[in-house]
Order: sequence, then C-alpha cells, then structure tokens
Amino acid sequence: MDHAIEVRNISKSYGSVVALDNVDLDVQRGSVMGLLGPNGAGKTTLVRILTTLLRPSSGSATVLGYDVVRHARHLRSYIGLAGQSAAVDDLLTGRENIHMAGRLYHMPKRQVQKRAQELLEQFDLVDAADRSVKGYSGGMRRRLDLAASLVANPPMIFLDEPTTGLDPRSRLELWDVIRNLVSEGTTVLLTTQYLEEADQLADEITVIDLGKVIAQGTADELKHQAGSEFIEITVRDVEDIRRAASVLENFAENNECDIDEEARKTSIMVQDGASIMVQVVRSLDTEDIAVANMAVRQPTLDDVFLALTGRTAEEAATESEQEQN
Amino acid sequence: MIQPAQLQDRSPLGELVSAIAVEARWIIADTAVMSWRNLLRYRRSPELLMFSTLSPVMFVLLFNYVFGGAIPTGDLNYIDYLMPGILVQTTIFSATTTGVGLAEDLQKGMVDRYRSLPMARSAVLGGRVVAETLVSLFVAFLMLGVGLIIGMRFHGGFWPGFSLPFMVAGFAFGFSWIAAFVGASVRNAEGAGSLMFFVVFPLTFLSSAFVPIESMPGWLQWFAYVNPVTNAVDFGRALSQGGPIVANAWPTALWTLGMTFVIGPVAVWRYRKV
Ligand SMILES: Nc1ncnc2c1ncn2[C@@H]1O[C@H](COP(=O)(O)OP(=O)(O)O)[C@@H](O)[C@H]1O
Ligand SMILES: [Mg+2]
Repeated sequence: MDHAIEVRNISKSYGSVVALDNVDLDVQRGSVMGLLGPNGAGKTTLVRILTTLLRPSSGSATVLGYDVVRHARHLRSYIGLAGQSAAVDDLLTGRENIHMAGRLYHMPKRQVQKRAQELLEQFDLVDAADRSVKGYSGGMRRRLDLAASLVANPPMIFLDEPTTGLDPRSRLELWDVIRNLVSEGTTVLLTTQYLEEADQLADEITVIDLGKVIAQGTADELKHQAGSEFIEITVRDVEDIRRAASVLENFAENNECDIDEEARKTSIMVQDGASIMVQVVRSLDTEDIAVANMAVRQPTLDDVFLALTGRTAEEAATESEQEQN
Repeated sequence: MIQPAQLQDRSPLGELVSAIAVEARWIIADTAVMSWRNLLRYRRSPELLMFSTLSPVMFVLLFNYVFGGAIPTGDLNYIDYLMPGILVQTTIFSATTTGVGLAEDLQKGMVDRYRSLPMARSAVLGGRVVAETLVSLFVAFLMLGVGLIIGMRFHGGFWPGFSLPFMVAGFAFGFSWIAAFVGASVRNAEGAGSLMFFVVFPLTFLSSAFVPIESMPGWLQWFAYVNPVTNAVDFGRALSQGGPIVANAWPTALWTLGMTFVIGPVAVWRYRKV
C-alpha cells in the first residue's frame, strides 16, 4: 500500500455551515502534501478529522491504513500533530513539554529523555531547554510544538499552518526543519495560505475553497494555471502609464495588461519573467519612459485563486465568514 | 521508526473490550503524568501557591479572632468548632480550580494536543483532580498546624484528629469532579470560575461550617441540614472533637463516592464530546 492517506468523500457540517464538501484526497507515503486555501476553506477541519479529533459527517478516511473513526485509538500512536496554535504549556520548560508528550505517547522514561535532548538540539532549543516557555518567542514556541509532536518518531505528521504569524526569519528556519523531516522519510501533510510555502515544501498541492477541492497538482502545474509569473512596472509620471501599458502588452502571454492608475502601475502575465524583463526594460528605454520601479513577481495564492475561481483568496475568506452569519 | 501493521476490523464488542483493556492499563500512568504536570504548574507560579496557602491561613486567623467571641458554640471553643468547617470550605474552594484549569486548557487549545495522543482521555481530568487533591491535603495540614498553634485541640484522640486533613481532601476529591464537569461544559476559564463561586459560596456558608445551624432562620435550616457540606463538617468535628464516627462517616462517604462515580464519568463524557 503506497498511500499514507486516503480520503473518500468526506463531508463535515457544523450546523448549517458546510466546512467540507465531498473531499477526496490521496497522499503518497514519504511525500509532502500541501493543503492550500484561504481562511475558512476547511483546512483545519480536514486536519482535525485525519488526526481523530473530529468525526466526519459522512465519508471515510484512512491514515496509514487505519480508519480514522474505527481505529482512532491505534492511529494516535502513529501520528503527530502540530496544530494551528502552538499547544505548549507556558509554565513548563521546553524539555518538560517534550517529556510530557513522550510519556503520553507511552514511551519509556529513559527513551524520552534521550529523544528530548535530540530534539532540543535539532530544533536549536538547547539554550532555552530548561527555561519556562513563557519567555519563548513565537518561533521558538512553534519549534517546540513541532518537537513535541515528533517525540515518538511518528511516520505521519500533520502541520496546520506551521508558519502563520512568524517573522520571515523564523519562517525560513522552520522550513529547514520541515525539509529535514522529509528527508528522513516522514510523510507530511501541511496546510498553508501561501503558495510560496507550499511551493517550497510540498511535492504536491491540493487547493481547497469553501470545503471543496478545486485543484490538485505540483506547484509548477498550479502556477502555470495562474500564468506563471508577473512583470510589474511602476512609471514615474502618471501621464506615461498608457504608453507603458501598450509597450508591455506586446510581451504579455495573453495580450492583456492590467493598469492601476492610482499606483502608476501596469502589469502583465508572462512565462519567463527574467528574460522578458530585459526586453521590457529595453523597449521602455527606447520609448523614453521613466520607470520608478520594476519587479518580477511569483504568483501567489491570490493569482491561482483568481485563475481558478474568478475571485481573490481574500474575497473567498470574507465569503466563508459571511456564510456563517 | 514505528511501522504500523494493517489492522483487522474487529467486531464492535471486540473493539470495546480491547479499548477497555488499553484504557485500564494506561489510565493510571497517564493520570500520573498529568498530575505531575499540574503540580509543576503550581510550583512554577508563586502567585498561585501564595494565594492558595496564605489566604486560607489568613481566614483561619480572621474568623477566629473576629467571630470567635460572638458566636456561641455550646461546649466547644470557637477555634475547635471552626477548624473542621473552614478546612472543608477551603478545600472545596480550591477544588473549583480543577474546573477553571480544565476550561483554560480547552480554551487555549492544549486539549487538541492531548486528544491527538494515544493517552487515556480521562487522564486529562484525572490529572487535574489528583493534583488539586494533593494541594488540598497540603493546605489542610498547613491550616491545621496554624489552628493548633492558636489554641485548637483534638478532643477525640490524636489519630482521628490527624486524619481530619485526609478526610477533607477526600471530600474535595469528590467535589473536584463536579468542578471538572463545569469546566468541561463551560469551556471558558472566567465563566467556569464565577459560576462555581456562586455555587460554592452559599453552599459552604449555608452549612454548619461557621455557625450552629440552630441559629439560622427556620427556612434556611432545612437547606443547611441536607447540605452535604454539613455532613462533611460534622464528620470532621466527630474526628477532631470526639463523637460518633461511623454514624457521621457514611453520609460523607456516600456523597464522595456518588460525586466520584456518578459525576466523574459524566464529566469525562462531557470532555470527550468537546
Ligand atoms: N467548531 C465550529 N463550529 C462552527 N463552524 C466552524 C467550526 N470550526 C470551523 N467552522 C467553520 O467551518 C469552516 C472551515 O473552517 P476551518 O476548517 O477552520 O478553515 P481553515 O482552517 O481553512 O481556515 C469555516 O467557515 C469555519 O468558520
Ligand atoms: Mg485553520
């Protein structure tokens, strides 16, 4: 059996709110699945079902061959969960937090002690190990939370928005930690709101919106749907914007060009940003258009979303909020 | 790395039996871990420790010196009358911490971590209850020590008197399950705290804890007589001041067992459903 996770037709409603709507999902063993979607898409709900915290309203799912409802108890020994908010005890030290988790996985005391030290080193928490978590930074908490969920070496790990709320540096650090995990053969399901993060970490990405799977594929495949890359030019004089746009239009993949007059910005979708940028700059120069700023931008969740659903991720999040009221 | 085997589907009965076996095996170990965690929390927050030890001592002193002269308590000195009552009251109040702490864990999402682990679910509540009971026992001995210093005496022999803290801690253990139920139901620390305050305050004052019931207005007396706090306080007086021990023991024992084995499982069930 080569699937670590098999989700079949899972639905979940909270009263009249449909959080998941007939979701199907397969995750290969040893791979990283990125679950990408805006706030309120149903990511946490799916993670909670797969980690036995929540029962689905209908449908079934297995993780490592265990049914998440019928074999919940057994399954819990083989999975690790780092939830959306770091579940660490403020009054305990970092080491004690890991120790407690290990004991609750029913590991022998000796083994937990050894493993705790290992994890503290791996997660760069040795210096803070014996201080109470109260004084930890957000990044340290996340790392500790992740360490605690890995104490039993689970073959399957769930990370719910592991880097939300972290500063860019801590985010990069955590990415490294997650990459290490993967190289050890652990299967990972992680949720995120950032295409970039899924791109960096995941082998395959599943995009969900309003509880439905709307796209699935590698990061490149998804980006392709969103038009690969964007070139954005900000002109110095607002009078130049029309002329700049007509220059850019010639390079656009779809012969379309967005104009934002207030921001003096015009942008196009292209396949190969860097090489086209050179040509764009040359042409603008010939036309004598003064440029204030230029950039090649990777597509974000917003762009993928716009391409897939015709609305931005932000609009989708607001929508799911309204649906509740 | 652990390699899980493919599991056979069991019959619902087989599943139940194996679940009970696993539960029984780990309930004690997991409860011990959770108790350790909760006791560590006490040690780590000096404010909590100060509040839960100094304020009971202060109350012993205040009650004794302020009300001592004004309340007629028959043959007993007021301090002799007061100590069993104030011990029961203090430990019940401290038992409400069980519910507040549990609600706090639920609120903060700590519980998601616990629930994704292969631990016994009842241990999350059990660990709170056991830790709170141990703290109660410690506080009861401390208060008793202060009482003895300011003039309390055992009139029913040393060993019955010495067992008083154990008895009140046992009663508080039973009461903790009610608090745990409230905590698991309300899921909001402040809410659980104030709700229990409004239950425990009248419950402990409308009893024989501080004044003889005969001195209350008639319509209050019937409540005070059926109040389990009265049973516990009367049992405590029998232990420390002499009196029929067996006759006083069984109502308290019944209440304690009832709270533990009826409310306890309901509280665990409530928590599982969260
Ligand atoms: N306990 C709950 N009760 C009612 N509605 C909920 C509950 N949890 C989540 N929801 C709703 O279900 C939808 C999916 O939520 P969630 O799975 O948390 O999304 P995400 O993690 O992608 O942000 C949202 O509309 C959310 O408001
Ligand atoms: Mg979420």
